[in-house]
Amino acid sequence: MAGLDKRVATYEQALEGLTDNMTVLAGGFGLCGIPENLISEIRRRGVKGLTVVSNNCGVDGFGLGVLLEDRQIRKMVASYVGENAEFERQLLSGELEVELTPQGTLAEKMRAGGAGIPAFYTATGYGTPVADGKEVREFNGRKYILEESITGDFAIVKGWKADHYGNVVYRNTAQNFNPLAATAGKITVVEVEEIVEPGVLLPSEIHTPGIYVDRVIVGTFEKRIEKRTVKA
Amino acid sequence: MALTREQMAQRVARELKDGYYVNLGIGIPTLVANYVPADMDVMLQSENGLLGMGEFPTEGTLDADMINAGKQTVTARRGASIFDSAQSFAMIRGGHVDLTVLGAFEVDVQGNIASWMIPGKLVKGMGGAMDLVAGAENIIVTMTHASKDGESKLLPQCSLPLTGAGCIRKVLTDLAYLEIEDGAFILRETAPGVSIEEIIEKTAGKLIVPDDVKEMTF
Repeated sequence: MAGLDKRVATYEQALEGLTDNMTVLAGGFGLCGIPENLISEIRRRGVKGLTVVSNNCGVDGFGLGVLLEDRQIRKMVASYVGENAEFERQLLSGELEVELTPQGTLAEKMRAGGAGIPAFYTATGYGTPVADGKEVREFNGRKYILEESITGDFAIVKGWKADHYGNVVYRNTAQNFNPLAATAGKITVVEVEEIVEPGVLLPSEIHTPGIYVDRVIVGTFEKRIEKRTVKA
Repeated sequence: MALTREQMAQRVARELKDGYYVNLGIGIPTLVANYVPADMDVMLQSENGLLGMGEFPTEGTLDADMINAGKQTVTARRGASIFDSAQSFAMIRGGHVDLTVLGAFEVDVQGNIASWMIPGKLVKGMGGAMDLVAGAENIIVTMTHASKDGESKLLPQCSLPLTGAGCIRKVLTDLAYLEIEDGAFILRETAPGVSIEEIIEKTAGKLIVPDDVKEMTF
């Protein structure tokens, strides 16, 4: 399995080849299921001018928010970017460009990008500022806009378990955008809580088949909770 | 009296049917979950990838990997399923969700809704709202009828950038339940003790008042 063994030993190896001005797709919803150590490695490498595609942009000091501190992100493609004062500051000062994209459209852009589909029509956003400059077409009496898919130079993904072949399973709602980002990276890097021996993960339970995955690394995770809510 | 947030949630809950899959937005819509009748089985969809949202966890069952669309920690109920975000929005956009409840800043007589952007204020994003309004057949908008200064939010034409065009048919405000048909709001129910005159006064868009307007009871 040498050629199919996706395991790497260090985070430096995991993001080997990441350079300035690249596009990085990141999994996660809020702070749930974010590739926290790969984000830290991007910070350590000090690459600049990145376009980052992710549903959200972390919070001050955690998640993708840490990449704002050294101004590593040039453009953010996201559906919701609240909860982050430094983000607001850079946005208002013009240091940071933002492309707000409806959440379902963002997910489909990644799915389509990974599936070799360059664009698709959706009713989402028709008649709104999101439709500005986009082709409109009518199907069965309803108007749709043309949305282009997204691929990235790198995809950074947080899984639960992976095997040596890069087959990945996700845990609970930490799945979210992760399997979609995984399909759409030229180089897809998955960090997991545990790497298991081949055969431990059953073929029928794999969420992301290893064909999409280039590198797997095991890490430890803080898993910060954004809104801790418990029963009264 | 204008409806309280709890009464608005209670009124929305009367639109639920046994076997419904329902997406509840943040705010008043979330409260609807508290008023699902005991004899009904309703599955709540959370757009971050959970169908079958359960109650909040205890300290002992708290799980950072289990959150809802509002980023609160939750549990999954019996019969739940978990999936990726593309699958989640396939359900929404594909019209598989039976009822969607969400808030708004403005609605108008054409069924347009504005709920995500106030020019001049910082824009945080639309999240899943545009997908929800574009995909759902059955949407209830919950909102206050007028601003604190008494300015109507039920308009001839939305003044704010839209979330969706021509997609809203049902509106529950703190004063009334209305439907939107053929370019007009149709008053169906009033909040207890709220006069039809007050609703007329606070509705800027064309309003039709049928003979059989009911008063809500709680």
